[in-house]
Amino acid sequence: MSKTYYDPADLRKFSKITEWSEELGNKFFEYYGKVFEEGALTAREKSLIALAVAHTEQCPYCIDAYTKDTLQRGVTKDEMMEAIHVGAAIKSGATLVHGVQMMNKVNKLDG
Amino acid sequence: MTKVKTQSLQKKGSDLAQSNKQLEILSNGIFQNGELPTFKAKISETSQFPLKAKKLEILQINVGYMCNQVCDHCHVDAGPDRKEIMTRDTMRLCLDVIKNSGAHTLDLTGGAPEMNPDFRWFVEEAAKVGIKDFIVRSNLTIIRANKKYYDLPEFFKKHNVHVVSSMPHWTKGKTDKQRGDGVFAKSIKALQELNAVGYGMPDSDLKLDLVYNPSGAFLPGDQAAMEKDFKKALMEDFNIQFHNLFAITNLPIARFLDFLIASENYEDYMYQLVDAYNPAAVENVMCTNTLSISWDGYLFDCDFNQMLELPVNSKSKHISEFNEELLEGRNIVISQHCYGCTAGAGSSCQGVVA
Repeated sequence: MSKTYYDPADLRKFSKITEWSEELGNKFFEYYGKVFEEGALTAREKSLIALAVAHTEQCPYCIDAYTKDTLQRGVTKDEMMEAIHVGAAIKSGATLVHGVQMMNKVNKLDG
Repeated sequence: MTKVKTQSLQKKGSDLAQSNKQLEILSNGIFQNGELPTFKAKISETSQFPLKAKKLEILQINVGYMCNQVCDHCHVDAGPDRKEIMTRDTMRLCLDVIKNSGAHTLDLTGGAPEMNPDFRWFVEEAAKVGIKDFIVRSNLTIIRANKKYYDLPEFFKKHNVHVVSSMPHWTKGKTDKQRGDGVFAKSIKALQELNAVGYGMPDSDLKLDLVYNPSGAFLPGDQAAMEKDFKKALMEDFNIQFHNLFAITNLPIARFLDFLIASENYEDYMYQLVDAYNPAAVENVMCTNTLSISWDGYLFDCDFNQMLELPVNSKSKHISEFNEELLEGRNIVISQHCYGCTAGAGSSCQGVVA
């Protein structure tokens, strides 16, 4: 039994989730594949969005997968780091904007 | 941070300069313990073993391993310290084959083929044969390396040579990281000079194609999408035009294998190649219509097999005893490096194959 929660080799086994629920698993992978197809956004743009979200979700599998995916698409280190800062800005903004709720409550409770 | 790249594995005395050592690595470990299927087992699943040579279409001649660059992932382990150079006598034998074979494409490679002292003589003689597509694989920087090479764009034009050049990225950082300090600036200048004499222009017959191979342990992205990005960036930033981009997968041999092992990426990379295996790519893999000729005149199924010293499985083993009939239908010699040509959309010296 692994002594850590995450094993990088598990990423290769992702498709095995269909073994315990074939219909839902297949539907998920079909949907997933469709989402990342070239559309109104290019596959490259989608890959950068995925990289940023992988970080905000703090999913190590997704970070590995989309770091490699963006590199494959010729994305530069600068672009990758900028994308992550977009994710980080939204995360911190989402924390700080709740400060207004705190301020409202203070004003109500304490004048 | 980029670094000055100076020595081949051979010059460094590295174990991996030996082809048998490379083949041992490719046969042992994850392929020996059954974790991953061997290439033979994989193509057998779709009854594609043994892989057979079809009609010869492309003659690829390696005129020597000497190069002015020492790129990180070079499968030739080329560099300024490599002394293997094709002689004019061997070139004469090649010319006889070019004249008499049914091949429609002649593809000169190296090293930097231009560094062979008989390169220009060979090009002049080969051009007279009137082969349909005459390719020279130029690393671009050679055009700016020394005054004696400055006229290469005009020389290529005079003989209607199809220029195919390596360009790992449209940014300086990624290019210099893989190919050495200053390579990007020289490559850009060389491309502008090729454009200036008419190479790569939209309606020009002077063909200029670029080769992209990844800078690290990952596979190339979609060739068409990469071409679009390259064209946009090179035009916007440097006013450079070219015709096609070939996306080529790095094969796990020589310096790239050395990098994979040193960076602990070897197993993961082999998994990537096997996971991306595409039986449709096997159908059109380049070894089935190509012959690779080494600097000393020996015949191989491809340039990679040449570097692994895996000669053709035929009685016709040398250019001096070239026999197209004997060579057609031969069994292609394979090992696990072949997964590099069958991953995704496939990979060949002309880019994707499926």
